[in-house]
Amino acid sequence: MSTPILEVNDLKKHFPIRGGFFGGVTGYVYAVDGVSFSIEKGETLSLVGESGCGKSTVGKAILKLFDLTDGQVVLDGQRIDDMGYSTLRPIRRRLGVVFQDPFSSLNPRMKVRDILAEPIRNFGLAKDGADLDRRVEELLDRVRLPRDAGNRWPHEFSGGQRQRICIARALAGEPDVIICDEAVSALDVSVKAQIVNLLQDLQRELGLAMLFISHDLAIVEHMTHRVAVMYLGKIVEVAPKKQLFAAPKHPYTEALLSAVPVPEPGAARERIILTGDVPSPINPPKGCRFHTRCPYAFDRCRQDEPVLRQTEAGHWSACHLHDKPDAENPLAGARGAAIIAHH
Amino acid sequence: MASASVLSPGDVTPGSVKAAAPLPDIMPPVKARKGLWGYMYRNPAIAIGGTIVLAMILMAIFAPFLGTVDPTALAPARRTREPSAQYWFGTDMLGRDVYSRVVYGARVSLIVGFAVAFFSSVAGLTIGLISGFIRWADNIIMRIMDGLMSIPSILLAIALMALTRGSVGNVILAITVAEIPRVSRLVRGVVLSLREQPYVDAAIASGTRTPVIIWRHILPNTIAPMTVQATYVCASAMIVESILSFIGAGTPPIIPSWGNIMAEGRALWQVKPYIVFFPALFLSVTVLAVNLLGDGLRDALDPRMAKRI
Amino acid sequence: MALLEVENLQTHFRAADGINRAVDGLNFHVNARETVAIVGESGCGKSVTAMSILRLIPEPPGKIAGAIRFDGRDLLTLSDREMRAIRGNEISMIFQEPMTSLNPVLTVGKQIGETLRLHQGMSSNQAEARAVEMLKLVGIPEPERRVREYPHQLSGGMRQRVMIAIALACNPKLLIADEPTTALDVTIQAQILDLMRDLKNTVGAAIVIITHDLGVVAEVAERVIVMYAGRKVEEAAVEKLFRNPRHPYTQGLLGSMPKLGSSLSGEETRLQEIPGLVPSLKRKIDGCVFASRCSYATDLCRTISPALEEKAEGHIAACHYAIKEAVAA
Repeated sequence: MSTPILEVNDLKKHFPIRGGFFGGVTGYVYAVDGVSFSIEKGETLSLVGESGCGKSTVGKAILKLFDLTDGQVVLDGQRIDDMGYSTLRPIRRRLGVVFQDPFSSLNPRMKVRDILAEPIRNFGLAKDGADLDRRVEELLDRVRLPRDAGNRWPHEFSGGQRQRICIARALAGEPDVIICDEAVSALDVSVKAQIVNLLQDLQRELGLAMLFISHDLAIVEHMTHRVAVMYLGKIVEVAPKKQLFAAPKHPYTEALLSAVPVPEPGAARERIILTGDVPSPINPPKGCRFHTRCPYAFDRCRQDEPVLRQTEAGHWSACHLHDKPDAENPLAGARGAAIIAHH
Repeated sequence: MASASVLSPGDVTPGSVKAAAPLPDIMPPVKARKGLWGYMYRNPAIAIGGTIVLAMILMAIFAPFLGTVDPTALAPARRTREPSAQYWFGTDMLGRDVYSRVVYGARVSLIVGFAVAFFSSVAGLTIGLISGFIRWADNIIMRIMDGLMSIPSILLAIALMALTRGSVGNVILAITVAEIPRVSRLVRGVVLSLREQPYVDAAIASGTRTPVIIWRHILPNTIAPMTVQATYVCASAMIVESILSFIGAGTPPIIPSWGNIMAEGRALWQVKPYIVFFPALFLSVTVLAVNLLGDGLRDALDPRMAKRI
Repeated sequence: MALLEVENLQTHFRAADGINRAVDGLNFHVNARETVAIVGESGCGKSVTAMSILRLIPEPPGKIAGAIRFDGRDLLTLSDREMRAIRGNEISMIFQEPMTSLNPVLTVGKQIGETLRLHQGMSSNQAEARAVEMLKLVGIPEPERRVREYPHQLSGGMRQRVMIAIALACNPKLLIADEPTTALDVTIQAQILDLMRDLKNTVGAAIVIITHDLGVVAEVAERVIVMYAGRKVEEAAVEKLFRNPRHPYTQGLLGSMPKLGSSLSGEETRLQEIPGLVPSLKRKIDGCVFASRCSYATDLCRTISPALEEKAEGHIAACHYAIKEAVAA
């Protein structure tokens, strides 16, 4: 196994809740509570989960947009989470990021050319002005925007085109890893396909590693090599794509897959409809965090918190059901096809 | 699996196809109004407010050429004349021409209004930026601002004026100090929300230094809400100046200002109302015009950002 | 006779730089107890259509023309007072954002009861009893307690259930749901879609569901209308539309969606792209509205706007080149 380009070890981010007259800390939002994963060169790892599960916080923590509560972020063998902001600045070149909302991701008072030139200048990548211009044009070519786009303002572009500009900016530093935080979620169906294809092409051409944060399982399945499923600040399952979709080993993953509406009227599929809502990350349930909604929960789930462990090669899940004999384990066997009902 | 059927080629000719029924226009077309007129048509508040404010500024600048006489010249023989062809707005109890005094008085009001708007914006911007970016400073600064805001700005200005000699400069200073808390609170709020914008996160991730982020990403985006706020500060400063002058705590009586003229006419209000009426009219119209301009700017500039004001 | 008949609906908006022809010449009908989906991308006019039916379009800057016949009466000719008696009573609506659609200072029970007192003249006690009943119907646990709670005490999924309870309180004949699950998480979306399917059988209202999500369409709709640039481009029963889309735009939409389970069936192909952008609706478009993005488009398409034709039984499309099967007369 080659060395991973990005490694996250036991990452924790607890946001303090301030209240009262003196603004004291009255509690914490346990947004991310012990998350570990690694991404190889040229690999896409998807982080999926519902809103509030902490997946976006993981992305921002890797970029050090705020200080971590605990844990490590290791980029190409070098620990970056404990670096000072000035030591980290040149290393930021190696991490690119694309956010969800193409409208608020671009400074409305900067021309596209200046937006793309900013990282190139910051990292000192251009030898001179001509080289800078050449690099900006190259970036526009890469994301298939016309070269004259540089002289225009962000508001002159549609959502899809703006997302292309954001991708170009993420590529400006010639990064090793790109973090896509719901990068295609806000786009219309037909535009979404354009951006998904672009991201896939870029990854192949440039050998990028990608952390693809998304709630859309169909897109994730299309884009990714491996999937990590998050629930209430923890990873509950990690597996290569085919294994995860064919045989989910965590009840939450199973429910997620069965909940996605598929564009096939009358598809015969087994449906698992979870009851209730996601509990608050301020006060996560004891034991397994999913036990309040799990259709298979038993006594032990309410007491001990299951740890993430390997059930098959490369397939990790955090569920007590796997301690039971197969006959009593509803997750044994490949149930993916029955849930998704794909002919 | 849905299989996309290929479309049929061949035998489709202009004669064989069925055309859709034409769609009528249900509204008269929008006339393309270009240039300045088009802009004014689309933004009537800016057009009307701006025109009046501009007229007032021109009036203040060209006061000597608008048929005025020396506004401070005393003529006890001609005192308290009614408005007439010679004395358009009449004369006051010392025989001074009210028209000339009102026209010259615009200078004080406008200078005070614009100067306060400018200085309090600059000061508020600086304080707001510091407060929005340095967390430990934020608590201290905002508590001081809360304290200042708990005193009505007019009282604060009166108190400050009581410490100094009456002059236009001191009036500007006093009103500016009283307006700063409001402006810095606004800027701080805008800065805090701009800091949460993904493009600021993206700039940090692109290795941009904090001072550059403030200069390039935060500051330009505070300009729109700041401009709108500045017009409101300008309008309120003109009123506060008049109040200070009216109660004798502002501009020295030797300089004609709308507040001074009204203060002097107060005693004769019931018999000679015109002495108070004309400066009051000019003050109201100017304040209204500045506020109108502010509303127009708020709608015309980035609407999402300006809505918070 | 159909419950709702929309005939040549045109909803235009006046803007500073032109007239936005948001909906332009739309015809469709909804039968009693039927579920019809209107699907399309943002800006295609689907939400404006819903607002037009309820006459919630501000006039000016908007203007509605055509006819909207509901139960035989043209809604566009009714007075504001008559229209108010229909809204929330015979036709009700569910919006996308459950938080902003509920009044934060009124209890859930009061909000459900309000429409009942208004339209059906119930007393407060009767209205509250009915509110509890409605909450039970939409699957809210402990309805007696919840009825006294405020919207902020409920989760997103619960709020959407309350919205549905309000919408159904007066037993409407028509329910319009505008992106009812778009703001919800996938597991909550599954709950709400499940609820809507159940209610379809128990309540007996016709439903118009407006969505951009073809997956949702396939789950709940019986008949589908595909809109593009303010027009209807295709209409068919749901199985027919998904199995055999006839308009290139519908084909493109289906092809641009990744299919869940693609890694299992080995159909991992590149997503189909619809090139280009939706045209501006502020200019009148000659010819087919989709021609600028259609890979099959010819000069004919760019000059003559295709009429909606029945290409197969119950399958309508507006495309000169769509394959036509013999339709039984």
